[in-house]
Amino acid sequence: ERTLPVVDLAARLFSLSSAARQAPADLSATGQPGHALARSAEDHEDGGASHHGGGYKIVQWEWSYVQTPYIIAIWLLVASVAKILFHFSQRFTTVVPESCVLILLGLVLGAVVLIANKKQLYQLDPGLFFLFLLPTIVGDAGYFMPSRLFFDNLGAILMYAVVGTLWNAFCTGFCLYGVKLAGVIDDKVQAGLMEFLLFGALISAVDPVAVLAVFEEVHVNEMLFIIVFGESLLNDAVTVVLYKVYISFVEVGPGNVQTADYFKGVASFLVVSIGGTMVGLIFAVILAFITRFTKKVRIIEPLFIFLLVYLAYLTAELFSLSAILSMTFCGIGCNKYVEANISQKSRTTVKYTMKTLASIAETIIFIFLGISAVDKSKWAWDTGLIACTLIFIFVFRAMGVVGQTWILNKFRLVPLEKIDQVVMSYGGLRGAVAFALVVLLDGEQVKAKDYFVATTIVVVFFTVMFQGLTIKPLVKWLKVPRSTNRKPTINEEIHERAFDHILAAIEDIAGLNGYHHWRDKWEQFDKNYLSKLLLRKSVYHKSELWEAYQKINIRDAISVIDQGGNILTSARLSLPSMASRTSFPEVTNVTNYLRENGSGVCLDLQVIDTNPGAKVEEETETHHVLAGNLYKPRRRYQSHYSRHFMTVGDQERQEREVFQRNMRNRLESFKSTHYKRHKKDRSQKKRKGSDAKEQDANDKPRRNVSWQDKDPIIVPLESEENKGERSEPDKDEDVGITFVARKGSETPKERPKSVPAALEVCQSPSVAPPSPTCGEKNLPWKGGIGTLPPCVSVEATKIIPIDLQQAWNQSISSLESLASPPVPQEPQHPRVSALYRLSGPPRPPPPPPPVPGQFQFPGGKEEEEESALSQQQQEMQPLMPSLRPPPPPPSGAVPPGRRRNPCVYLRSLVTTPPSGSEPHSRGPTQL
Amino acid sequence: MGSTSSTLAKIPNAEDLMQETGFTPAHLVRLYDRFKVLDKDKKGFLTPQDFVAIKELAMNPICDRIIGAFFTSGGETLDFPSFVRILAHFRPIDKNRPKEPTSPDPINSRSNKLKFAFQLYDQDKDGKISRHELLQVLRAMLEKQVTEEQLESIADRTIQEADLDRDDAISFEEFRKSLEKVNIDHKMSIRFLR
Repeated sequence: ERTLPVVDLAARLFSLSSAARQAPADLSATGQPGHALARSAEDHEDGGASHHGGGYKIVQWEWSYVQTPYIIAIWLLVASVAKILFHFSQRFTTVVPESCVLILLGLVLGAVVLIANKKQLYQLDPGLFFLFLLPTIVGDAGYFMPSRLFFDNLGAILMYAVVGTLWNAFCTGFCLYGVKLAGVIDDKVQAGLMEFLLFGALISAVDPVAVLAVFEEVHVNEMLFIIVFGESLLNDAVTVVLYKVYISFVEVGPGNVQTADYFKGVASFLVVSIGGTMVGLIFAVILAFITRFTKKVRIIEPLFIFLLVYLAYLTAELFSLSAILSMTFCGIGCNKYVEANISQKSRTTVKYTMKTLASIAETIIFIFLGISAVDKSKWAWDTGLIACTLIFIFVFRAMGVVGQTWILNKFRLVPLEKIDQVVMSYGGLRGAVAFALVVLLDGEQVKAKDYFVATTIVVVFFTVMFQGLTIKPLVKWLKVPRSTNRKPTINEEIHERAFDHILAAIEDIAGLNGYHHWRDKWEQFDKNYLSKLLLRKSVYHKSELWEAYQKINIRDAISVIDQGGNILTSARLSLPSMASRTSFPEVTNVTNYLRENGSGVCLDLQVIDTNPGAKVEEETETHHVLAGNLYKPRRRYQSHYSRHFMTVGDQERQEREVFQRNMRNRLESFKSTHYKRHKKDRSQKKRKGSDAKEQDANDKPRRNVSWQDKDPIIVPLESEENKGERSEPDKDEDVGITFVARKGSETPKERPKSVPAALEVCQSPSVAPPSPTCGEKNLPWKGGIGTLPPCVSVEATKIIPIDLQQAWNQSISSLESLASPPVPQEPQHPRVSALYRLSGPPRPPPPPPPVPGQFQFPGGKEEEEESALSQQQQEMQPLMPSLRPPPPPPSGAVPPGRRRNPCVYLRSLVTTPPSGSEPHSRGPTQL
Repeated sequence: MGSTSSTLAKIPNAEDLMQETGFTPAHLVRLYDRFKVLDKDKKGFLTPQDFVAIKELAMNPICDRIIGAFFTSGGETLDFPSFVRILAHFRPIDKNRPKEPTSPDPINSRSNKLKFAFQLYDQDKDGKISRHELLQVLRAMLEKQVTEEQLESIADRTIQEADLDRDDAISFEEFRKSLEKVNIDHKMSIRFLR
């Protein structure tokens, strides 16, 4: 019938207002599948009658049967695909907030529908919005609200939400009325004081959806975010009450309003807000209590959460209390207990489902905002009204914020700075709530409804588009402290807990019944009564600190695995460290290393150290151990490293040469195994290190890249170090671990420093390479470990990239076939070569130019990789001498020939090809 | 503020104290009143028993540590100036106040706040939080919620994390570093009522 199927769908959907309204039911019907089914069954009956009139058809057109869910699905699809498209352009999305793009998309879609139908069939339906779209967003916000932060700033939030909103509403309303009297607003706008106050009330509330959408992208610091966002959530009660009060006033007519009505208004506010909060808290208790008993029905645990949180919203709505408040406090209240009660999987499910729903709801809201704006029949334009409204809401918002902050700062421990106030004023975004409220107005009673609708649309668009677009640059320009995505360390967890206790005690001693005093009281109450009631017995006895500890451990382990590649690997890695831990409690922790900067630690040492038995250990245990060993500040390493480095004696230098040679060999082998992607990543990273402009490198996937890079190079240094200075095996192990875990992206800055050291290492004298083992076998720690193969395998597991999997397997088998004697130098050679041969084929072809020096700072781009490498080498050379007097010719000088140290060779084989080369340069540096 | 000044007059060395601690006269008077309330026998000084008598404090898991921090000098008595000086650790840092180069570090400086917390752990005052000391505090804070084994693993990890010189203990420097990213001014400050 129509040319555009989508348009057709949309038109059909929206022409049936009932269908449109019901549509979201399916969306949000996570909890009510029955409901949706029932409805579609009805549709079936309706549509079926008309369709089955004729004889039997092989294929039937059952449009009316599937219409509603179909259209909903299509809409969701369009919105989701749109999101994907936006994020194709990185630069675009960093500048333009998603909400803006969505509104624009809505405008386009709306225009299409309009053109197709000659009139706009749909706009954001208030019923749909308030019953389905808004709750998903508020539920998400409430449930994941950082409660500590929220309550820490509750005073400020309440102040802004209540006083600020009242101030905005009254001032805007009165001033608009004044302007109207002054004649600025056209006479066609038939509105009296009450109408303007009503309009002021609905337009003055900061909108949670818009704020969330914009502020989440801006990443201002948590305090600022929580204040603006909390305000936007809590001011709902004020808005709703004002709105209702004014509507009733308008209905009775301004002349008939009695003084008592004003007091009723105030009472109504208290009832609505406190009642809403209470409903929310009651549901929170119910929900927490229910989750106590869901142990046997884990699968529907998440369902309880969605249902009860949603019921909290609906119940409040039922009694015309503040539904947003209810839902917010239900989420905040239940979170602690629910999260403790439900299983980890349920937690994940809840999190993802909520985020998905909220995200999709937000998308739909903004798109429909755009669509609604297209329909010109719904609104009437008055420039005076619009301009005045824009000015007033902005001015009064700013005045309100400044005035309230001035008062608040007298009581706040952490004063709100000027820049905070600017951001808060500027962040007063209006959104879909205002729009839905204005659409809900009764055109019969509020004559100027069309003008108000137009003004609201403009205000929403202006705040979301213009302010949303500019707030990011503003925040940058003002240097507003950003939020850090840092997770607390265990030290911080513990000490901050202690701080809380200290502060509570000090308040008690000083006789101040301050915030900490009451918080302490609340925690006592919570512990003694609430938690007992709402938490499972098994959970109740768990300590939060212990939970935090485990979380940190798991996080570290995960990050190790993420960066190291595979679980087996990391588990195995941890084993050696475990052994070391017993003797040396202060083992490094990987994560820190990874995060802070690349570590100079070498994995190889660890490999050598590994004893086969350890590998057999169970994964869980290893995992645990690994976690336990995580977290070591890099500083120590650095100092150690440099110290060792400096003190190396002549004899050691000789040994170093050996190592250097090994490294060189490895590099060469690396080259052969080199494979493009890795190289690219690496080179980019390096580039970044050398030149600050290339920051994009951060975005690069760091999966295999960073950790692999290091290992070959590092080994020599480490071993050298060990020989010369310390004999402790354990430390080496730590190092090894670190290496694995290290994160590539963060390291770059350190690189330049490292270069000289690396160069030194890399440069090998022209002398024929002594077998690698000579150095190694002397190592004290090595003694215990006889067989090379096990070592190799360990390392290999760690490092092996997917591409090399086959090669790896082959090499392993070859290794096995060659019964390996303990590591002696000579025997290894054949083995190595065999390995090499085997592994050779699967590998990607070696990059054309041999890269002796691995320092590849420059090669930012793929095409330039090769040349970049050589360039880097050249660049590096000059550096070397300055740093180190004796360095032999740079690696570049070394013939690219295939001479390999057996050990080295093995390693290189095993390790990811590309990474191998890089590490060299880095390893020394970081240490 | 007639009442304030009259009470202020009763406080010995009030001016010096205010100068030293940064408390306003109103603060000082208030704290003096509190001091007298705590000092039930009117002896003019406080003893640990006076602190123990504070009801709310009894619930605090590390209350003995905190009380101990008030009696660092080893004595069993605490006079008003010392009392105020210790409380002054928790004054928020005032940014507007011009910093006089002559005065070294105000009592409420970041490092002094940290020192206060540090000494709660460091019971033997050797400048290091040993594993044992850490365990004690953890045990107090966690009560019976965790097993001894869990406690030890937490302690081990904590020390590993903070320990930079591998002496299996946390020195003050390491303590400071481990909390480098924490906003101590916010987390170790109390708004003293006027």
